[in-house]
Amino acid sequence: MYVTVNNTKIFAATGGREFDPSQPTILFLHGAAMDHTAWALQSRYMAHHGFNVFALDLVGHGKSGGEIPASIDELADSVIAFMDAMELKEAALVGHSMGALTALSAAGRYQDRVSAVVMIGIAYPMMVGEAFLQKARENDPAAYQMMIDWSHARPSHRGAAEVPGLWMIGNALRVVEKSGKDTLYKGLSICAGYDGGFEAAQNLKAPALFILGDKDMMTMPRAAQKLIAAIDGQKTVMLKDCGHMQMIEKAADVRSALIEFL
Amino acid sequence: MADPNFLKFDTLSLHAGQEVDPITGARAVPIYQTTSYVFKDADHAASLFNLETTGHIYSRLSNPTTAVLEERLASLEGGVGAICTASGHAAMHLAIVTLMSAGSHIVCSQSVYGGTYNFLKHTMPRFGIETTFVNPRDLDAFKDAIQDNTRLVISETLGNPGLEVTNIPALADIAHAADIPLLIDNTFATPYLCRPLDLGADLVMHSATKFLGGHGIAMGGALIDGGRFDWEKSGKFPTLTEPYEGYHGIRYEEEFGPLAFLMRARTEGIRDFGACISPTNSFQILQGVETLSVRMEKHVANARKVIEFLNTHDAVETVSYPELPTHPDHELAKELLPKGCVHFQFHCQRWPRSWQGVYRTVADFLSSGECGRCQKPRHSPCLDNTSANGCASPQECGHFRRNDPPVSGY
Ligand SMILES: Cc1ncc(COP(=O)(O)O)c(C=O)c1O
Repeated sequence: MYVTVNNTKIFAATGGREFDPSQPTILFLHGAAMDHTAWALQSRYMAHHGFNVFALDLVGHGKSGGEIPASIDELADSVIAFMDAMELKEAALVGHSMGALTALSAAGRYQDRVSAVVMIGIAYPMMVGEAFLQKARENDPAAYQMMIDWSHARPSHRGAAEVPGLWMIGNALRVVEKSGKDTLYKGLSICAGYDGGFEAAQNLKAPALFILGDKDMMTMPRAAQKLIAAIDGQKTVMLKDCGHMQMIEKAADVRSALIEFL
Repeated sequence: MADPNFLKFDTLSLHAGQEVDPITGARAVPIYQTTSYVFKDADHAASLFNLETTGHIYSRLSNPTTAVLEERLASLEGGVGAICTASGHAAMHLAIVTLMSAGSHIVCSQSVYGGTYNFLKHTMPRFGIETTFVNPRDLDAFKDAIQDNTRLVISETLGNPGLEVTNIPALADIAHAADIPLLIDNTFATPYLCRPLDLGADLVMHSATKFLGGHGIAMGGALIDGGRFDWEKSGKFPTLTEPYEGYHGIRYEEEFGPLAFLMRARTEGIRDFGACISPTNSFQILQGVETLSVRMEKHVANARKVIEFLNTHDAVETVSYPELPTHPDHELAKELLPKGCVHFQFHCQRWPRSWQGVYRTVADFLSSGECGRCQKPRHSPCLDNTSANGCASPQECGHFRRNDPPVSGY
């Protein structure tokens, strides 16, 4: 489904269901250089289990138009603008990595619009290695390889995907390879530059859930601890033998955590 | 900078797709000889049927043993996933029915496995799908044969029986310029000798019956998607971009991105045409895949020895082998098949006695019989011809047709 937001065409996958105003709504926000397909193993399920679902291609990503904004806060503003365009008074925000920071920023600054926030594969501050950033800046395909290598826990490098016949490494590589020039670099840069995390955590009204991978090398669980400590009453689900591609590596566990929390 | 720490070919061929059974600790991939799977509850069943959640429903669609083979082959070919089928032919059929309907057209190398030729030439037209065959060395012929309704270009890594090396990068460019994908039958090279997806092909298929198994005891096929073709941009593949009523209006490209083709192929083609592989065959083929690299190396070494012998035998008139400088595609082979080739072809002048002598000697030389197999020769080439194809194992008769240009006229 396409919606025009601030003169920009924004794509959102709806999980195969029509919008039903009587149901709560979930917005899924993907990570750097990814797109809505990152949520394929959750969005359709949630859409058939009592929720309106919009798995966005964030502005400047995937099928959406526009440019990637210069900060996480502006990216969060674009998500709220999408809600405005859809006349959504409130929604639960479920974000991954860059999308998790975006969800946090939105939940901290638009308290009455965000009913719950789920942060998957998050670290704060989200440090990005200089070598990785440099390769991304050069649009060197090595950056995609580094990302997909580090994003999968070692057991996932052997495969055994939950989707029969899916080779996770290959699929993830293809998604980021087609993200387009500068997309990864811009995404990583705004993640690294985001400094509003603790403030957002302080202002948070919505219930918060963290879903982390115990073997996540992109956003190590220990790098999320200060943020977790700053949020009262948050819940954390730690996925075992899981890297940074939580929604694919442990798709069923993520689904259960979402159903339980939302 | 450290290289990405992706697992390498040999490790993948031994481990990819397998999670050691957490309960029994079984080292080998278990054979899940089951037709069906227990659902936790009605909601679990419904969500599986509606593609909301992942898992196995019924072994026509997917099976845990087969899924290991699928992932393993996808990893070796560098794809996003794979579907294994009852035979190589079933994989070819699955690719075609997933991509197109009656009224469509295919451009195919004329130098393909005889069964593929028959299927496309004589059978598919009954279902409204026509094929134009072209010389695989003539790239312009491919370009010229593409029509508005063409939906697929097909070739083999190494032509059969002519041993033409397909210029995969150039052919991919031609297909992509027409917004259609390139399918390469990589049976004869295997991912050990060539990875067509890395060279620009979009889809790869195998007769796993051959080198992947390597033992000649199990039929099987595989279809692997590289995940790079942009179905939406092309606009020529409504099966992947338009709503499918079979799953409540799902749009595969939108829902699954790079996995769109395989999801459609599994949830429609395998589901409805039913050419699934048996779990036991998947297991048997997995045993072969584990040793793929060592076997292929040996096959290449053997082929080189046979070529040496043939080159020095007086009765042998010509020897065709991509590694020989006299082969028309020698330079291309160095680039695309740097590890070597397994197949060769030779012609003898003095028919038939000396020919049979050469064949007998070659047969003794060889460590394998049927194409890709590791035991004694089982098939003799057509004795009423004076040309034979071999792989470091001669192939079955069926691998060359008597009226094929390189064979006819002798
Ligand atoms: C190159 C090639 N492709 C496809 C096939 C068909 O495969 P199968 O016999 O497994 O159906 C064969 C079989 O000989 C083959 O050699």
